[in-house]
Amino acid sequence: MNNPMILASVKEDFYLNFIKDDRYLWLLDGLKTTLIITVFAVIVGLIIGFLVAIIRSAHDKSGSFKILNAICRVYLTVIRGTPTMIQLLIMNFVIFGAVSINKIIVGGLAFGINSGAYVAEIVRSGIMSIDQGQTEAGRSLGLNFSQTMRLIIIPQAFKNVLPALVNEFIVLIKETSIIGYIGMMDLTKGAMLIQSRTYNAFWPLMAAAAIYLVIVGILTWGMNKLERRLRTSER
Amino acid sequence: MSDKNVLIQVKDLKKAFGTNQVLDGITTDICQGEVVAVIGPSGSGKSTFLRSLNLLEVPTGGQILFEGTDITDPKVDINRHRQKIGMVFQQFNLFPHKTVKQNIMLAPVELKLMTKDEASKKADELLARVGLPDKANAYPDMLSGGQKQRIAIARSLAMNPDVMLFDEPTSALDPEMVGEVLELMKELAQSGMTMVVVTHEMGFAREVATRVLFIDDGKIQEENTPEEFFANPKNPRLKDFLSKVL
Repeated sequence: MNNPMILASVKEDFYLNFIKDDRYLWLLDGLKTTLIITVFAVIVGLIIGFLVAIIRSAHDKSGSFKILNAICRVYLTVIRGTPTMIQLLIMNFVIFGAVSINKIIVGGLAFGINSGAYVAEIVRSGIMSIDQGQTEAGRSLGLNFSQTMRLIIIPQAFKNVLPALVNEFIVLIKETSIIGYIGMMDLTKGAMLIQSRTYNAFWPLMAAAAIYLVIVGILTWGMNKLERRLRTSER
Repeated sequence: MSDKNVLIQVKDLKKAFGTNQVLDGITTDICQGEVVAVIGPSGSGKSTFLRSLNLLEVPTGGQILFEGTDITDPKVDINRHRQKIGMVFQQFNLFPHKTVKQNIMLAPVELKLMTKDEASKKADELLARVGLPDKANAYPDMLSGGQKQRIAIARSLAMNPDVMLFDEPTSALDPEMVGEVLELMKELAQSGMTMVVVTHEMGFAREVATRVLFIDDGKIQEENTPEEFFANPKNPRLKDFLSKVL
């Protein structure tokens, strides 16, 4: 084979996989679903994660919230001890099995509840890393527990765990690629659909991989920038 | 002392960490305008005593009456009383994510004791008073130890406290910075502030304090005016302690 022939076959493959019948739209629509579910899950995960982390660290430090802490521990054990895939299937076929509900909500909840467990442990380590003297200074000024947490501890802890949190979200984006199993078309599923029409695995899968890579790259870049800005502001 | 206004009454205060009895029955009155220096060997319980006064350590026995209210009663809203009890720590404990001025303004504004404008004005006054008006927008990590401690004192003063507790305020400082902090504390004492100071600075205790407590083994072993305390120590442990530190 000479060069013009390779070029011609690449062109042909590209046309078949992406242009014909507007197949690129499957990737684009899939990407949209991937992003929506990820954002939904990130929000749910952050809320759950911070709540669990605050309850757990308050319990570790002062012994309060005994019952809530026990609930949190069961949650962490179950979520971290079972595959995300199984959690997604249970959410879809058991919890929402009998009702008709937007799959975005099902997926967002499943991934959010899953992510919350990991966020909780990240944030908890951040809270525990803040010197006890910070809490004492806040409390000695007359601030109550939640004011001290909100104004003094969480902002510092958040900054310390920001890289780990972004890392968790990077994992989350990639993990949403199993959402095809409950019948949603995300980026991965979109690529697989193209493959099923064109019998070509290379192009659609490479395209999907490249798109994931670009998203993760943007996130990492943004995080590095933010981190640098947060650090330099205090010195 | 009967003519004086008692601010804090400590009655048979006890604190145990597990089986370790750190405070073993401390009884004393702290009156308005008094400057009480608390000295003692390390591990004697003097810091625990101080931290009990605003319930950073919860006593396991006895009572603390602050302005007539028993703050060891779990039903009491301790946060309200802590607003009137300033505290200065050995490690400063400034909030590193806030500027100096934000550190000072945070509590009065959050607790709705002042508007932002009032707190800002108060912060400027206090910064001038502690001699650091140009550091308003600096972050704590940019300051020297002595400067940090002066800001920490300003932060406490912003709450207009009735009493200030100092937990070894100069122990974490480089020697050349001890003076500026002690000088500020001295001014504060002369302005009439009621102060309880756990310290190793015998010079400060002798010069500024109106009363000196010697705590060892969780008990007040001796208390007296500084003149008597240092000139005629009676307790053998105090004699021994003074012979080591003076």
